[in-house]
Amino acid sequence: MSQARGLTPPIDELNAPFYEAARAGELQLMQCAKCERYLHPPRPMCPACHSTATRWQRMSGRGTIWSFVVPHPPLLPEFMDVAPYAVIAVTLAEHPALRLLGNLVSGPGGAINEIDPATIRIGEPVRVIFEPLTPEIHLPRWVRA
Amino acid sequence: MLKDKTAIAGIGETKFAKKLGPSELELASEAIVMALEDAGIDAKEVDGLASYTMESNDEVAVARNIGAGEISFFSQIHYGGGAGPGCVGHLAMAVATGQCRVGVAWRSRKRGSGKRPWASQSVLEPSVSNCWTRPWGLLRPVDEIGLLTRRYMHEYGATREHLCNVALAARKHANRNPNAVMHDRPLTREDYMKARWISEPLCLFDNCLETDGALACVVVSAERARDCRQKPVYIHSFGQGLPPEHNTMQNYFCDDPLRGPAWTCAAQLFRNSDIQPAEIDVAQLYDAFSPLIILSLEGYGFCKRGEGAAFTEGGAIELGGRLPVNTSGGGMSEAYVHGFNLINEGVRQMRGSSTSQVEGAESCLVTAGEGVPTSAVLLRN
Repeated sequence: MSQARGLTPPIDELNAPFYEAARAGELQLMQCAKCERYLHPPRPMCPACHSTATRWQRMSGRGTIWSFVVPHPPLLPEFMDVAPYAVIAVTLAEHPALRLLGNLVSGPGGAINEIDPATIRIGEPVRVIFEPLTPEIHLPRWVRA
Repeated sequence: MLKDKTAIAGIGETKFAKKLGPSELELASEAIVMALEDAGIDAKEVDGLASYTMESNDEVAVARNIGAGEISFFSQIHYGGGAGPGCVGHLAMAVATGQCRVGVAWRSRKRGSGKRPWASQSVLEPSVSNCWTRPWGLLRPVDEIGLLTRRYMHEYGATREHLCNVALAARKHANRNPNAVMHDRPLTREDYMKARWISEPLCLFDNCLETDGALACVVVSAERARDCRQKPVYIHSFGQGLPPEHNTMQNYFCDDPLRGPAWTCAAQLFRNSDIQPAEIDVAQLYDAFSPLIILSLEGYGFCKRGEGAAFTEGGAIELGGRLPVNTSGGGMSEAYVHGFNLINEGVRQMRGSSTSQVEGAESCLVTAGEGVPTSAVLLRN
């Protein structure tokens, strides 16, 4: 393993489709089935039209770096071995308010500390890949596009 | 309207230290009794209580220890560092509407010797938004605010020099305050620039202290306050703020993450106020992290959007400057008790008894945390 085992989110009714898509290598986000507003993080009611009908929409997987931060210890044990590492926020190409947290890596299997944070620039284009953390949880990671 | 109908008549606080012996309940009880003594009001008259949802001492425990009377109003406010002035404001509303007559707000916390809240969050809870941040290593409040800070620096050209201005102002004020944890510890720009990172772009001195301590204050009607031991400090206006699409510390999922709850709170606060930002003499701005002060300067209207960092230049937020901020040393250099020490310092400024007294100050803004659903009170004398 090139990286420490991370924190795995519990699967519930709101995020199960996200991780099901991730296992298939696709980035999907929740969308209101009535007015098509994106709902991220996912939630049961659309705040724009009050519909409770939702669907999961395939995204391009492309975006730009909105910001990043570089945590140093003390941290949770799951992240101590890889610190310092960069956490990036990515604005998705589909909508300017649609952001995902993630880590920048050079490719599949890359450790979250392998990219020198000094080289990261806000506005850099990135694209998603997926890293299997457990058989169930594949996390989105990002590579330079 | 709430305007000047109620006042803070008493304040109390324990010692502040990295580690104190007594329990949080004992500290809370001591601080409350001191605040009542300061006001000259018997504990049996206390009939209103307000604190934070994160406070570990509930109303029953506090009432049984201080010997409170018949409690007819009690309230708790959520969102950690967003709660402090909210407790004062809720008591002011309760007193002004006759739901209680003597209200006590308090916060007691052993954050210095106790555990760090984030350190127990290795297991994620379902359907909570940190499931969308923590798996990628965004773990602590400092990481969450660090991410916003980097974006702020990018958009507005702010630098670490500006963050340093905030840290140095707090420390200078603490060096004048014998009760401050950092009273005897000067800080230089060089110390700041050489400090270890906590979460880049934030270093050690961009973070608040970790402190044990407790504070309390007593809210009564303006008429009653005029008969108390101390000069009344009027609660001129009060606001809370939760903007649309806001997502507490993980506020990345909205159109404009840098326009935080302070803006919503300020709109309410100044709508019902005779005093506008340009007329405010001194401010106590919640400072778990230095960038929160810069964002609050903008949100509460002391400068325009994007100008908060530049506002800190030239000693403007130090005693003698355009708007002295956190004149006791604040959370960064006096004590971090979830911002309650900012309330007591606001009261001292209005009484004229601060160790960094702003000459002739007639109004003081006290805010809770920007970056979470928040609150603020505007005090006057």
